[in-house]
Amino acid sequence: MKFVDEYRDAGAVGRLTQELARRVTRPWTIMEVCGGQTHTIVKSGLEGLLPPAITLVHGPGCPVCVTPVELIDKAVAIASRPEVIFCSFGDMLRVPGSRSSLLEAKAAGADVRMVYSPLDALKLARANPGREVVFFAVGFETTAPANAMGVWQAEREGLANFSILVAHVLVPPAIEAILSSPNRRIDAFLAAGHVCTVMGYEEYEPIAQRYRVPIVVTGFEPLDLLEGIFMAVAQLEDGRAEVENQYRRAVRREGNRPAQQRVAEVFEVSARKWRGIGEIPSSGLRLRERYRRFDAETRFGVAEAGIEEAGECIAGLVLQGIKKPFECPAFGARCTPETPLGAPMVSSEGACAAYYHYGKRPHA
Amino acid sequence: MPEFNLTCPVIAPAGDRVLMAHGGGGRLMHQLIERVFLLEFSSPPRGPLHDGAVLRLDGLRLAFTTDSYVVRPLEFPGGDIGNLAVYGTVNDLAMCGARPLYLSAGFILEEGLEMETLRRVVRSMREAAARVGVALVTGDTKVVDRGKGDGIFINTAGVGLVEAPVEIGPAAVRAGDAVIVSGDLGAHGVAVLSVREGLEFASPVVSDAAPLWEPVAALLKAGLEVHCLRDLTRGGLASALNEIAAGAGAGIEIREAAVPVTEAVQGACEILGLDPLYVANEGRFVAFLPEREAERALVVLRTQAVSAAAARIGTVTAAGRGVVTLTSRIGGRRVLDMLSGEQLPRIC
Repeated sequence: MKFVDEYRDAGAVGRLTQELARRVTRPWTIMEVCGGQTHTIVKSGLEGLLPPAITLVHGPGCPVCVTPVELIDKAVAIASRPEVIFCSFGDMLRVPGSRSSLLEAKAAGADVRMVYSPLDALKLARANPGREVVFFAVGFETTAPANAMGVWQAEREGLANFSILVAHVLVPPAIEAILSSPNRRIDAFLAAGHVCTVMGYEEYEPIAQRYRVPIVVTGFEPLDLLEGIFMAVAQLEDGRAEVENQYRRAVRREGNRPAQQRVAEVFEVSARKWRGIGEIPSSGLRLRERYRRFDAETRFGVAEAGIEEAGECIAGLVLQGIKKPFECPAFGARCTPETPLGAPMVSSEGACAAYYHYGKRPHA
Repeated sequence: MPEFNLTCPVIAPAGDRVLMAHGGGGRLMHQLIERVFLLEFSSPPRGPLHDGAVLRLDGLRLAFTTDSYVVRPLEFPGGDIGNLAVYGTVNDLAMCGARPLYLSAGFILEEGLEMETLRRVVRSMREAAARVGVALVTGDTKVVDRGKGDGIFINTAGVGLVEAPVEIGPAAVRAGDAVIVSGDLGAHGVAVLSVREGLEFASPVVSDAAPLWEPVAALLKAGLEVHCLRDLTRGGLASALNEIAAGAGAGIEIREAAVPVTEAVQGACEILGLDPLYVANEGRFVAFLPEREAERALVVLRTQAVSAAAARIGTVTAAGRGVVTLTSRIGGRRVLDMLSGEQLPRIC
């Protein structure tokens, strides 16, 4: 299949891994930021083909994994109201809150629907004027333009029965948080290609300079990732620390300006709590004053609930790349996709779920 | 510098209710079967679970199976709930190596269902039964209040006569056996999903719904030593292989590049974030035969229209008991696990 097969070509992968093996002179640790990339790496078995000197660690770029538990509780509370049709992307449905997941709320009678786009939720709002339609606006910069578009459109149409529950997070502040952590052991980053499709990569340049760390904007197919790793290793071996773009077929330096403008019109940057990591300043989005009436938290007055988060789950360490999923004592024993202790075991983008499904164990 | 709070929530155990994923063909469904149904029903203890039961009666070996059909929409490209209800049950019999003979049909109809829709579905069942050569010999009808059903639910049970000389099932699988799929995977699931979600593709995907007795009969008639057959319905190829590996106490190794998937299905799966190896089929099966008979089995299968695209995808190994291993397109190796719940599309 065009645009797929050429990026999964065993011959090309073989040549590039040989080239990589010649280039590497010492151990390097590289973090791929995005959960979609983690998924490809584990699913394609790419890690097993790399020279042993290269260690991949998996970053916090799984929107499902970093959405705080109290926000999921709020989602469940809103979804359980009889007048509400609660719409969400599929993999958010299974994530456990402190009491239940959206799928369990559905089983208990809530009207929860899986949609592919916020615009589908808008359609539901138009078709059900007597109901309140709420969309769970989850994701990084990638999904922000479509979610902004949904709100913008609702405002233009005067759709009073539409609102969104915002859980948007931003990548660069998370990278900075990881880099400034005392536990840092990351030599280079593969930045998330889809995020950069929207945002470009100008904002990564000061980070690369300040922390002397190579950042390579990378795509999602096995060959993309291998090439991204190769470019990062080449920089490390040469002593360079630049932002480079492997995903040239989709990403431009300035990104998608009209999409950025729509996001900036509807949302503003705010502090956000990340599940398993904690609050990171300026790391999220919230609705601007002008659009605040579309904010589901305000509309339904869901109270700020203090949730006790404790236990043996080490998701925070996994999301920062400090530990591998199988280094968690609960992994695969007390924590499985059927009975997850933490969100990374839920989403297919979560590192723990990817390791579990694709059978990655120590020395496997 | 941000304060890191390195904790993660301990989750309260899932509410003790039935979830959609309990019907998804994956691990949750197996847990439901083991922890609820088999707990009460399994007497006497029996071997690995298979698509149907084989009963010995007056020197005859009868295969007996049942299945319920709850597809939405009722009609989709390439099929409808009616022919699905015939083919699905017939195929479960075929997977026991049995010639399908008789079916029952139980209907649960929702108040307000258009009579014309029901007529079309029933006509489709008749045509499907005629195509296979089974007789619909008994049935039942119930009507439920509007809103309490999805238009039509159908249950069919089937009886067939086992023609396979030896019992077919996971217990018969041996190390060294070849693993063959009967055709391209994923078309049924994608066809249904595309209608349900209003997705349009340049080349529409048509369900693979079809009866599978003919190709099975051809394998048996050719005298091939068939060890195990399994139709690849809910949970897809991955779940079937895991069930068989567990039942056989053997490992299974497959090559991703050898698994036939059409470009249209592959494209739809790429867009939706699904893996074709987990997508449902309604006219595809996997067959296990001794290595020496693999080539001949492929030749025989390819003479039948429904299995014209049959392909060898892997081998059974003595090592790796109960584990299915996949060599990816780029040459990496990983475990091919059973589906946990339902396949859910990803966010981005």
